[in-house]
Amino acid sequence: MRAPVSEPVSDPVSEPVGGPGGAASLNLTSVIVCMGPGGVGKTTTAAALALRAARAGRRACVVTIDPARRLADALGVNGVGNEPHFVPAPPGAWPGELWAVMLDAQSTFDNLVGRYATAPAQAEAILANPVYRNISAALSGTQEYMAIEKLYELQESGAYDLIVVDTPPAQHALDFLEAPAHLARLLDNRVFRLLMTPTRAGLRALEIGAQLMLRAISKIAGGQVVADTIQFFTQFEGMEEGFRERAARAERLLRSELTSFALVCSPRRDSMEEALYLVSQLAASGVRPGTVVVNRCYPLYPALPPEAVTALAATPLAPLLANLEELRMVAATENDQLGRVVAALPDATLYRVPFLARDIYDLDGLAEVADHLAD
Amino acid sequence: MRSTTLFSAARVLIVTGKGGTGKTTVSGVLANLAAREGLRAMVFQIGAPGARYEPGTVQLARLFGSDEVLGYEASVLVANAAGGSVHARAVTPDTALVEYLHLHGMRRLSRRLVSSGALDVVATAVPGMPDMLVLGKLKQMERAAAAGQPEAPDVILLDAPAAGHAVRFLQSPRGLLEAAGGGPVRAQAEEVVQMLSDPQRCRVVLVTTPEETPVSETVETAQLLERRAGVSLLAVVVNGRLPVLSLPSEPEVAGLDALTRAAGVRLGRQQLEGLVAAARLRLERQEVQAAQVVRLGRELALPQLELPFCFDADLRPQQLATLTDALSTAVAAGLEVAP
Repeated sequence: MRAPVSEPVSDPVSEPVGGPGGAASLNLTSVIVCMGPGGVGKTTTAAALALRAARAGRRACVVTIDPARRLADALGVNGVGNEPHFVPAPPGAWPGELWAVMLDAQSTFDNLVGRYATAPAQAEAILANPVYRNISAALSGTQEYMAIEKLYELQESGAYDLIVVDTPPAQHALDFLEAPAHLARLLDNRVFRLLMTPTRAGLRALEIGAQLMLRAISKIAGGQVVADTIQFFTQFEGMEEGFRERAARAERLLRSELTSFALVCSPRRDSMEEALYLVSQLAASGVRPGTVVVNRCYPLYPALPPEAVTALAATPLAPLLANLEELRMVAATENDQLGRVVAALPDATLYRVPFLARDIYDLDGLAEVADHLAD
Repeated sequence: MRSTTLFSAARVLIVTGKGGTGKTTVSGVLANLAAREGLRAMVFQIGAPGARYEPGTVQLARLFGSDEVLGYEASVLVANAAGGSVHARAVTPDTALVEYLHLHGMRRLSRRLVSSGALDVVATAVPGMPDMLVLGKLKQMERAAAAGQPEAPDVILLDAPAAGHAVRFLQSPRGLLEAAGGGPVRAQAEEVVQMLSDPQRCRVVLVTTPEETPVSETVETAQLLERRAGVSLLAVVVNGRLPVLSLPSEPEVAGLDALTRAAGVRLGRQQLEGLVAAARLRLERQEVQAAQVVRLGRELALPQLELPFCFDADLRPQQLATLTDALSTAVAAGLEVAP
């Protein structure tokens, strides 16, 4: 089967603005964005959510950012960056379609440049510029922006019923939501506008403050860097509008009713602290996760009556009691933490995924997680 | 072997590991152990630009029983009779840039440059610049200590980004050397690279949990850190090891029922099943952990320092003391530092 998005995509700028979720749009591909602290099983959960949809007969695609190698192998995306890969279903496993993409931020950015360049020569010049490579590799938020760009591209293709996107472990929850606006903001930045002024005459005409800034940057980073940057922004001229427009469309998709958010967390205190911080940041931005997935929960085993504990304390069964008490303590603490996220998001659907016997790195393991995400 | 050996290897210890394995806690425990040895320890955290609240800094302060919000200025978390102390500070690329500009004669412009988004511009033009600014600040602190400046820390613990990001973070000064033509940034990058690649000055402590994926990623990260960032590794902390209980190897309900009755106790079906299921889970986890510790030893030739799993998940001074005891014992038992 061919990857659906490898087909040429028409220029969205010249198309009428229906926008995702807009009245003119018939594209009803829904989107789930998985957010959460690092190390809580976000990637696995994202893949399991896609698998859940495939089981329900839907065409689902998961966009992974940085999967563990064995999970990437299981999904068949290891070393196959950036294009959707069809994950064949084992006999009878799921009636729908499961696709997986491993995001390659660099090629996504390169494609974007190719799309908006006014001529092939412009794209070539930009791709060869060292400052462009720095931007695409090092600018804070680029990975987030490209994840959204990829999401938008897949959504626009109409080839899926559901796209689940894993997010990079961001220090700021809002890095992801705000990513589309980030580049646009950067292009509006005064210093950048200055750098984009192509001629010396232009430079002279600038206010003294701006010139001081330019000198300061040159003093920090060396004159060559400033020269390279000016050259890059000169080459970039004429493309900002396309970038800006596309960023605005991607942002509309994120804000539309087609998109929902899943908070993935673990019931450990530190992790919950980060998750709740994230929830508060999202709330400030008008976003409420509709789904909460709590991974690796210990089961709460029934307590023993105190007299039984006393009677068995001096027998060889003591280690069994000690174990029960320790695991109950973990479960009780976890329940307290779970209570916090329920209080913060009372309307969300909560899924508790138990501590599974082994790490999840294959389709059977994903199926086990998906079982716990069933409605 | 005294645990000062751990701290005499190098003044700067970079603590990193897969997300969720306990980097921040381990940084705090290492600092606390150093303080017990009468050393001044500084935990150096990295904040995101413009952040008002960092879960990591709150977590570190709470470990020491403090509600203080850590910021650019160092806070004292512990000061003991032995003359040891734990300090902490959170440095962001923004604050590091302001200080850098001050030091390079651009005091008047510095605030304005940062608020106007110049950091974005600099970060765009110069790859890895924000990371470099933070590492530059770390290096400056290390140099002050090496020069015997009073109040300078004996031990600096960098609570570094999570594993994959740590490689990129520590690699950034090298990348910068390749890309940046000249200027003070280049000089700064050279000095940071010198520090990172000198095992007498700087070592990495990896943190993992004894589970399959974290162990695999730790082994990969270790190789990448050595190869790409040129840092030397010191030890790997195996965090969250379940204390081994001697449970019956194949617990089952009927046998347990008989044994409890023999002791004069009658348990209900659910209670018996709970006991059996709990024992099975523990045995399974113990087995997985033991196997992963062995695999880690086989695939990564580094001293292993084990810290126990804390069943009461709220990490406060009491747990800090327990973990510090455990680290002290582990260091005495097993750490041999290559010269």
